[in-house]
Amino acid sequence: MRLAALSRAARAAGLEAGLTLADARARRPDLDVVAFDPAADAAFLNRVADDCDRWTPLVALDAPDGLVLDITGCAHLFGGEVAMRARLLAHLKAHGLTAFSVVANTPEAARAPARCGLGGLIPPGEEAARLAGLPVAALGLSPAIASGLSRAGLKTLGDLAQRPATPLAARFGEELLVRLRRTLGYEDARIVPRRPLPDCIVERRFAEPIAHAADIEGALALLVEDVGRMLEGRGEGGRAFEASFFRTDGAVRRLSVETARPLRDGPALARLFHERLDSLADPLDPGFGFDLVRLAVLRAEPLAAAQIGLDGRINEEEEVAALIDRLTTRLGRERVLRFVLRDTHAPTRAGALVPAIDGPASPPLAVPEEELPRPITLFEPPQPVEALAEVPDGPPLRFRWRRVTHEVVRSEGPERIAPEWWRTLTAQTVQESPRTRDYYRVENHEGRRFWLFRAGLYERGGGTPRWFLHGLFP
Amino acid sequence: MSMTPAVSALRGVLAGLEAERLPGNTQFFHLGAPGADGALGGPLACGALHEVFAAAAGDMAAAAGFTLALAQRASSARSAGGARPLLWVRQETVDTEAGRLAATGLHTLGIDPARLLLVRAPGAEAALRAADDAVRCSALGAVILEPWGEPKALDLTATRRLSLRAGDSGVTVLLLRPTGRPGPSAGVTRWQVRGAPSRPLAGDAPGAPSFLVELLRHRAGHAGVSWHLEWDRETCSFRDIVALPRFVVSVPGRRTAGEAATPLPFRRTG
Repeated sequence: MRLAALSRAARAAGLEAGLTLADARARRPDLDVVAFDPAADAAFLNRVADDCDRWTPLVALDAPDGLVLDITGCAHLFGGEVAMRARLLAHLKAHGLTAFSVVANTPEAARAPARCGLGGLIPPGEEAARLAGLPVAALGLSPAIASGLSRAGLKTLGDLAQRPATPLAARFGEELLVRLRRTLGYEDARIVPRRPLPDCIVERRFAEPIAHAADIEGALALLVEDVGRMLEGRGEGGRAFEASFFRTDGAVRRLSVETARPLRDGPALARLFHERLDSLADPLDPGFGFDLVRLAVLRAEPLAAAQIGLDGRINEEEEVAALIDRLTTRLGRERVLRFVLRDTHAPTRAGALVPAIDGPASPPLAVPEEELPRPITLFEPPQPVEALAEVPDGPPLRFRWRRVTHEVVRSEGPERIAPEWWRTLTAQTVQESPRTRDYYRVENHEGRRFWLFRAGLYERGGGTPRWFLHGLFP
Repeated sequence: MSMTPAVSALRGVLAGLEAERLPGNTQFFHLGAPGADGALGGPLACGALHEVFAAAAGDMAAAAGFTLALAQRASSARSAGGARPLLWVRQETVDTEAGRLAATGLHTLGIDPARLLLVRAPGAEAALRAADDAVRCSALGAVILEPWGEPKALDLTATRRLSLRAGDSGVTVLLLRPTGRPGPSAGVTRWQVRGAPSRPLAGDAPGAPSFLVELLRHRAGHAGVSWHLEWDRETCSFRDIVALPRFVVSVPGRRTAGEAATPLPFRRTG
């Protein structure tokens, strides 16, 4: 076992990462050791990254212990780059974190000095001069390349930059040169943010954190109004909204709301958020209060101002869409559904359910005129029954389902439906529906109608075909 | 004279009660089968609560089909030509017991599956709440609420609330009970449905959906009557089936003696 990370006191005592535990214990018998848990570290980094969303919506992880924030266009909101950096550091320090931060023109130029424990501001155009003295390890390369470079006597970025590019690329790969160019500011690259950039954002900061449910809803109502105005100006409506609540202790809760059609109507949106707050399994725990509430429009679509028709027709569609929104917000998108028909003979695939919130189905497929009756309910998976037929491949005479015997008086069939072999057969589908099915529509002596099938064919072998009940007719 | 305000207040209350019972702008729908409609003694109200029970566990599909047919009739009576969406609130448990609703089967009944919205509620309370919300949306054609068993939440108060809201919005509420026995409720009608032998097609194949329907309760007309009905998907209406080999069907009550081909031993009026 080796040491993975050290506290400041341990480092001061002369220990270092990579030391074996036995050696460390020998040097300092009073060493306090905790098992290394990379998953918990990653989760914590994610939490910090969530909290850093308050500075800019563009935050990228730099595992295992770094974050890259793209503050383009954000710095002025916090009083400039210098002031912003100071506030960020103060905020992190208040939460008990030690951080090194560098503001620079490119992500790599900021990352390299911060990794070496430096801090500060690198003015544009001065990267090459300022960073020349950094060790090559600051580039964050693989250990093989790093040791190769040090064996070649290239210790600092300045050394590397003076070398001709071609032999370096031939020896250590193109990756090294790209990193170097980006770090020294010759080339720019954007970070890949953890969360997609919303279409628009409105937020409210509170000098005094808010904790009461009424205050939270009040804040949301204000934000909803703001976002409504913003969307109206752009001629758009939102399809997906997300409210983020930043707690003073760094935790962030998010609530999202989707709508079936573009929406920018303040009260309707406020109602949806109210519904969402109501339906939370664990209530929004304000802790010591939220000091920032943000509302982001994750997806916006064009929405022209609507003219209400004299017959109120537009109104009706709006009403149904609003109902779908409300039910979806409360119950979840997988519970409010809409049917779509597919052009296939496979009974389970022919009709599918899709979330209603995704909008009206594409124009329905033309259903063939000569269509055989289909049951109103389908069992998934089909229920095995014991059936008795007069001739092996004839309709059943009687069958037993759920401990009741049904005498068949009328039947129609077989309707032979073969599995769709052109679909990729996964192991599971092979097991479930490997066989051709012969479907029979039967009616029993009591006037109940069933859809039965025999799986498999007699002449193909593979044992006696079994019978299943697949659906019920009204 | 001091009584006058009290009396006038009572008058106001009475007027309110009557308005509640007899809304002026209520729309109505027929079953479409002349015999059954005649015996019903008038059309059924759209903005009201109707209950449909399955006679036995095996009749769940028949009850579902009949309810859907009623919803279709009510919805088309409300919207001339235009097809309003139907909303079916189903408690999840029903899916495992009676099978999932199939789009192709709706099509077989003559109902465009694209019109149906399905809400799968995790429990009876959630189902009831969703239906409560849906009933207020007057753009819907009909709301079908299908809880499983006999949930506590579905009491007289809940059904009364549903039926009042239905009266306000004009949306038909159909309470489909695949299991469970009739209890106190504010429904206008209560039907019990069982599957009935269909009229065979060529080749002795099972025919169109047919139901043996018993009207257990009818606030505005005769109850205790039963009919053998068949659903016609082309015209989206019911048809009477009179000639029955094995089941005795009551004869439509409102018919003059001259119309009846043979003198009847009795007449059921409910």
